[in-house]
Amino acid sequence: MSANSSLSSSRITLALLATAVLIFPLLAAPFGNAWVRIADVALLYIMLALGLNVVVGFAGLLDLGYVAFFAIGAYLAGLLSSPQFAATIESLQLDFPVVGAWVTEWVGPVIAAQGIHLSVWLIIPLAALVAGLAGALLGAPTLKLRGDYLAIVTLGFGEIIRIFMNNLNGPINITNGPQGINLIDPVRIGGVSLAGEAGVVRLGDLSIPSVNAYYYLFLLLAIATIIFSHRLQHSRLGRAWIAIREDEIAAKAMGINVRNMKLLAFAMGASFGGVAGAMFGAFQGFISPESFSLTDSIAILAMVILGGIGHIPGVVLGAVLLAALPELLRHTVEPIQMALLGQVWIEAEVLRQLLYGLALVLIMLARPAGLWPAPQREQQAHTEAAA
Amino acid sequence: MSGPLLSVQGASKRFGGLQALADVSLSVQRGHIHGLIGPNGAGKTTCFNVITGLYQPDTGSFHLNGMAYSPSSPHLVAQAGIARTFQNLRLFGEMTALENVMVGRHVRTHQGVLGAVLRHAAAREEEHAIEQKARELLALVGIAGLAQRTARYLSYGDQRRVEIARALATEPQLLALDEPAAGMNATEKASLTELLQRIRDQGTTILLIEHDVKMVMSLCDQITVLDYGKVIAEGSAEQVRRHPDVIAAYLGREAA
Repeated sequence: MSANSSLSSSRITLALLATAVLIFPLLAAPFGNAWVRIADVALLYIMLALGLNVVVGFAGLLDLGYVAFFAIGAYLAGLLSSPQFAATIESLQLDFPVVGAWVTEWVGPVIAAQGIHLSVWLIIPLAALVAGLAGALLGAPTLKLRGDYLAIVTLGFGEIIRIFMNNLNGPINITNGPQGINLIDPVRIGGVSLAGEAGVVRLGDLSIPSVNAYYYLFLLLAIATIIFSHRLQHSRLGRAWIAIREDEIAAKAMGINVRNMKLLAFAMGASFGGVAGAMFGAFQGFISPESFSLTDSIAILAMVILGGIGHIPGVVLGAVLLAALPELLRHTVEPIQMALLGQVWIEAEVLRQLLYGLALVLIMLARPAGLWPAPQREQQAHTEAAA
Repeated sequence: MSGPLLSVQGASKRFGGLQALADVSLSVQRGHIHGLIGPNGAGKTTCFNVITGLYQPDTGSFHLNGMAYSPSSPHLVAQAGIARTFQNLRLFGEMTALENVMVGRHVRTHQGVLGAVLRHAAAREEEHAIEQKARELLALVGIAGLAQRTARYLSYGDQRRVEIARALATEPQLLALDEPAAGMNATEKASLTELLQRIRDQGTTILLIEHDVKMVMSLCDQITVLDYGKVIAEGSAEQVRRHPDVIAAYLGREAA
């Protein structure tokens, strides 16, 4: 009886949540596109946080350079769906005329003039694959490392990727250096560009703002990511990852090939990040190394830890809160000061950072296991606090 | 098949200046409970760790079921058919008892990323079989009712039972138990003894390190005694009990 009612009440909650998520862009429309844009970015952060959660939450491998895979996905989209490749060939022709001429002939005059413009249906799997490979490559040298040491190495890897992106504009211009890659193709589905014309997508009689179109695409991808990581967690592989996190020696003694499982965790987590990165590139239309700094790695890690490490609903909550909180503060800090004090005493940007940091500290003090931890962890946190 | 299930020849292991194992040979017969005893620091656990691949031996040859296996990594040893428990419990603390045992099925199952994500018929079937088998094993060790409890919060004796069930889940030919009765009271020991006999009677050979001499003597079909890294006696409980070197090792030279 009570099981039935709790089942139906959780169904009702789920239905309400689904409705709220689906109609959010319509509700936000009167307040301009900014709020939907924030939600778009928050959805990308959900994908990133869930990807990192595979590595940190399930397998227990502390990764401080996760943004590298986001960068790899974004730059992959940048190189394969923008005029950038034409610039790459141009730099080849200039500095290595023989190779340049050969490559120009090989790819043909259209690509040499306009760059590569792959469809999003190719970009997404490619981004997952390339980022996944990069994840396994990063994982390989770190297999023997644990805890702090692993964190330092991954931190280095994150920085290396960013510095590569910053400097690979010569001798061959692959990433266009600090200027970044511009004019990345928007996502096209069935010939309809989600960027629309002047920010409005027209589907026959229906016209919706571009940010809303992206909202529904990202929502779909985020839901797919949630389902994937939930299924991974409750599978033979997920159990093996958690076993490694809990006790590596016992996991080995149970016949788990720890090396392969760790590499797989790195690769799976990275591939989620790669897809999010490719979508970010197409959504913004512009990427530069600045978007992929250590601060971003830490922000994603904060989402995982603050939400509830290893617990998918918690991680999603953490991603939404930490993606939305800075934006919320950005939009409210100055108006509130104006209303209360009559003038702006502290600049929005300064106060925003301060409040963001303060919120993190307070949440971790009040809920050390995260806002919405896995039930076992919550129990443990209580026992430890009591002891 | 004839011949011993496990045969170790000339195993040695040195830690810096300490010769922890010196030319140890032992064979475990099929269907036996084989005891490995000795005073503190005799090298029992080292011997165990070498057999199960946790330590790399300096020398020695290892055969399971007549086939040479390389104790170069614990997961290969588990694959070959030796499962173990640990002296200081090593459960996966935040997983439930059931999940702990399900992890033991890992090495005998195959589902990969695609199966996990797509959950096609074969994957669902395997997952179901894993859970089924894990529940059976929990019932075998007598804690079917604790399946959904978090391992960390189980009582000490129940944690030991989960560990045994988890090891059995790998379908071992040889179950290696490192002091399973440590810290148990008399009642718990009695029911553990009964459990080990049941496991043996179902066809799993057991290699047992134990401090409780009474338990070892009553339970083991064959006993190997180690002292200072060497085998000093081998035989039935009665033979070992009367062996002068064993008496000397436990009680001192005078007593012998």
